[in-house]
Amino acid sequence: MAPVTLRKLVKRYGALEVVHGIDLEVKDREFIALVGPSGCGKSTTLRMIAGLEEVSGGAIEIGGRKVNDLPPRARNISMVFQSYALYPHMTVAENMGFSLKIAGRSADEIKTRVDEAAAILDLGHLLERRPSQLSGGQRQRVAMGRAIVRQPDVFLFDEPLSNLDAKLRTQVRTEIKKLHARMQATMIYVTHDQVEAMTLSDRIVIMRDGHIEQVGTPEDVFRRPATKFVAGFIGSPPMNMEEAVLTDGKLAFTTGASLPVPPRFRSSLREGQKVTFGLRPDDIYPSGHGLHAGDADAVHELELPVTITEPLGNETLVFTQFNGRDWVSRMLNPRPLRSGEKMRMSLDLSRAHIFDGETGKALAG
Amino acid sequence: MKLSKLSAPTLLLLPAFIVLAVFIVLPLMFSLYSSFTPFRLTKPDTLWVFIGFRNYVNVLTNAEFWVAFGRTVLLLTIALNAEMLLGLGLALLVNKATRGQRILRTAMMFPMMFSPVLVGFQFKFLFNDNIGFVNNALQSLGLTDRAIPWLIDGNLALFSIIVAEVWSSTAVFAILILAGLLAMPKDPVEAAHVDGCTPWQTFRYVTWPYLMPFAFIAMTIRSLDVARAYDIVKIMTDGGPAKRTELLWTLVGRTAYGDARMGLANAMAYVAILLSIVFTVYFFRKLAAARQQIGAEW
Ligand SMILES: Nc1ncnc2c1ncn2[C@@H]1O[C@H](COP(=O)(O)OP(=O)(O)OP(=O)(O)O)[C@@H](O)[C@H]1O
Ligand SMILES: [Mg+2]
Repeated sequence: MAPVTLRKLVKRYGALEVVHGIDLEVKDREFIALVGPSGCGKSTTLRMIAGLEEVSGGAIEIGGRKVNDLPPRARNISMVFQSYALYPHMTVAENMGFSLKIAGRSADEIKTRVDEAAAILDLGHLLERRPSQLSGGQRQRVAMGRAIVRQPDVFLFDEPLSNLDAKLRTQVRTEIKKLHARMQATMIYVTHDQVEAMTLSDRIVIMRDGHIEQVGTPEDVFRRPATKFVAGFIGSPPMNMEEAVLTDGKLAFTTGASLPVPPRFRSSLREGQKVTFGLRPDDIYPSGHGLHAGDADAVHELELPVTITEPLGNETLVFTQFNGRDWVSRMLNPRPLRSGEKMRMSLDLSRAHIFDGETGKALAG
Repeated sequence: MKLSKLSAPTLLLLPAFIVLAVFIVLPLMFSLYSSFTPFRLTKPDTLWVFIGFRNYVNVLTNAEFWVAFGRTVLLLTIALNAEMLLGLGLALLVNKATRGQRILRTAMMFPMMFSPVLVGFQFKFLFNDNIGFVNNALQSLGLTDRAIPWLIDGNLALFSIIVAEVWSSTAVFAILILAGLLAMPKDPVEAAHVDGCTPWQTFRYVTWPYLMPFAFIAMTIRSLDVARAYDIVKIMTDGGPAKRTELLWTLVGRTAYGDARMGLANAMAYVAILLSIVFTVYFFRKLAAARQQIGAEW
């Protein structure tokens, strides 16, 4: 049983504070993804959990035990590093069995467990090689094998897939998901790839500048982003967002265009209030080419000119000009479009998001 | 053959070849030749008498030579090991320093800046049994009340020489090992911490294998060096007392210039060079193996 709890966790490098008192409860056997832009403190947080970085304030608990002052070896964790960090002078088998050897396990037991892990990761034929004789993907699997063999309470991953090509990344991603199902261990996974985060995790933690912006299931953070930042960070292509002021019961944009207030928000918005209006590409579509789910009277139709299109096969991303900017929309069952062509676009306002203009927090509707 | 017939590259390289030939190849061949003659500096005619391998047989059956040979190997072994351990310790300490590392690195190289002759004089003074600093210090601290004959007792003299050697050359190890430490990737060390290693185990299983090639480079360089350990010994004891600190090179020097038996001295020198080569090849092998082990790309 190893839940991981962070309480008011702070990290300072000299006078520079990079993690500002974050709170997080990771449940036993949960798969948590830490995402956020570069430099937001993901690795630092993970390394504090691992014990590789000193804690400047607050507390870390693993399995209910405060571990702030315990060295990494006393925490029963495994970590997979972005650079793999294999031991160059050991063979694959030695790399994977090293932690058991240090723990004083018998040669037989080490061999059994290494073979087991090698079978899971399809490394059997590479056991006698050295890391320098392996490809990137193979090294990655060895790093993973080394983590598995320990049977730790908690797995920590720091962008383990970022050095792999796109195809291999998809493959190993699936491996990791299977691994989680099989290992029944708590996993904390740092990535800046939102697809990895969405596909792998039970819950996603979105970090920004050393703060946690939102913690929630993939569904939560996608459907109900708590802040403008999360809304822009999760989802690809990103959400269309535009600043607006509530004028005469309408959302008036800076260039003079306007949209009706989405039904959900009609009662909560005040006249003159500054907000940010957001709509995902999935919720704008050329009329007749969308997945319409909301109620019909929430769909607002506009005539807009197409600027460019990005065909993806089963769908096409259509960029249309609105309020002086390109808005991305997703066209299902696409037909060829000419640029400059005027299209009738449906905006599903029941799916719209509205954020406070000052704080960026999502407004309840 | 006219010069103009030679191609331009040959022509351009010719001066270098001539210089090499005159200053290196010819003397080398001459010394090799003389090792097959009973050449004495005082009797130039002897240079033309060819005696085959007699000098070599003399050398190899000479007890004095073998004693010096053994002592040289002993000195090499003790000095190199001590230097490696101390150099390693020094490098680890300097690597830990969070500030002033540059200054420490420079200070570490200090002993290398002195000529070995100076080091010899300095330690000869330090170990002097009457006025030397070492005895003074020991007596002041009350550790002993008599004057320890550092340079007079045979074993102590060899020890004193080793101390001087180690003092002057530990820096070679320290610098090369420090270079290794600085170039070492941090990740495997962190992985070892996570894998459950104590600091000592981390060093033993991860750091040290990585540093080994660097230590062997230092070993190789130093094995060439110590095998010519002439200056310090010459100054401190001159092979004495009663030849108790005679090393290969002081023996060669004495035979050549003291006894004026050039031919015999050259034969000794060639045997000694062989020893050097054996050491170097040995360490090179080790280096290659260690490099391959860590998958080094240099
Ligand atoms: N040793 C250090 N000294 C000072 N500042 C540091 C140190 N290590 C990291 N930082 C700072 O801490 C912040 C967080 O770094 P961290 O490595 O956790 O970012 P990250 O979220 O992992 O980013 P990335 O996605 O690029 O890996 C950064 O602003 C970085 O500059
Ligand atoms: Mg990082």
